[in-house]
Amino acid sequence: MGIFDFLTQRNKNTANVAKSRLRILIEQERGLRDAPDYLPLLQRELLEVIRKYINVDVDAVKVDLHKDGDHNLLDISVALPEKEA
Amino acid sequence: MAEIIVVTSGKGGVGKTTTSASLACGLAKAGKKTAVIDFDVGLRNLDLIMGCERRVVYDFVNVVHGEANLKQALIKDKRFENLYVLAASQTRDKDALTKEGVEKVLNDIAADGFDFIVCDSPAGIEKGAFLAMYFADRAVVVVNPEVSSVRDSDRILGLLASKTRKAENGERVKEHLLLTRYSPERVEKGDMLSIDDVQEILGLNVIGVIPESPEVLQSSNSGVPVILDETSNAGMAYVDAVARILGEDKPLRFTTVEKKGFFSKMFRS
Repeated sequence: MGIFDFLTQRNKNTANVAKSRLRILIEQERGLRDAPDYLPLLQRELLEVIRKYINVDVDAVKVDLHKDGDHNLLDISVALPEKEA
Repeated sequence: MAEIIVVTSGKGGVGKTTTSASLACGLAKAGKKTAVIDFDVGLRNLDLIMGCERRVVYDFVNVVHGEANLKQALIKDKRFENLYVLAASQTRDKDALTKEGVEKVLNDIAADGFDFIVCDSPAGIEKGAFLAMYFADRAVVVVNPEVSSVRDSDRILGLLASKTRKAENGERVKEHLLLTRYSPERVEKGDMLSIDDVQEILGLNVIGVIPESPEVLQSSNSGVPVILDETSNAGMAYVDAVARILGEDKPLRFTTVEKKGFFSKMFRS
């Protein structure tokens, strides 16, 4: 550090920002890596069926595959809209 | 029994070919009979980095298609008598390679008494990259301390663990990271991911850290792999990486900021 560096210092540790962004992203991508190809299609069709009956958002249906010991667990969650007042 | 090492990365421009050339030279210099193969069909460049671009007559695709035999296509390096280059085809496309064809060439090279076969992968995750990694025993994943390179490396690590012959046989490809273009100064300032950051995110240790250095460009300008420039930090870092591949225990060098004198500290712009 030079003695005049404080004049130009932006004092942003962008490496830390990079690290935390990568951590979240890579964890997410690793989760999808071993997932079967049909998962996105399944998610879309489920959404279509649910939307026939309930008006949910496009991101209301989440489909995840978890490993639970020896077997895989397909975790489907549907966020229902809040009741209108 | 030849050991097959793939040099891969996913992202382009991170130093795969530079690394392939330097690792191959280093292994040859250590007395190992080594072949280095360019898998980037259509965009060959390894010949240029190795400095043998004017001696390419037959290439990898010619051998795969039986248009030339291996002896005709392997270019003997002028510096090391136990080092050979197999160039990629410049005129064909990536579909010119087949899994069976690649396997036969690798088997033939192995049968010729080679100790190491270094496979220089193309960027991306398409056929060429897939074939370069498929038969590997060991993978050197070249990564820059930069978000897109780290992300792509993780993707490649996923493919190494699933889409290789070893993986299909229930084994594992031995994986290493090789960090290139590393700048300890920028790490210290908080502008660049550190070695520990990258190791932690990818869950894998480095086999080498190559510092950002002007000699890398100078070496490719002149067709002399940077490992042969033993006055440069990058060259010495590659020498260390080769030693580690051969099982030696070498501490990392050039990964911390060199301490400057009082005056340069005060007046550094």
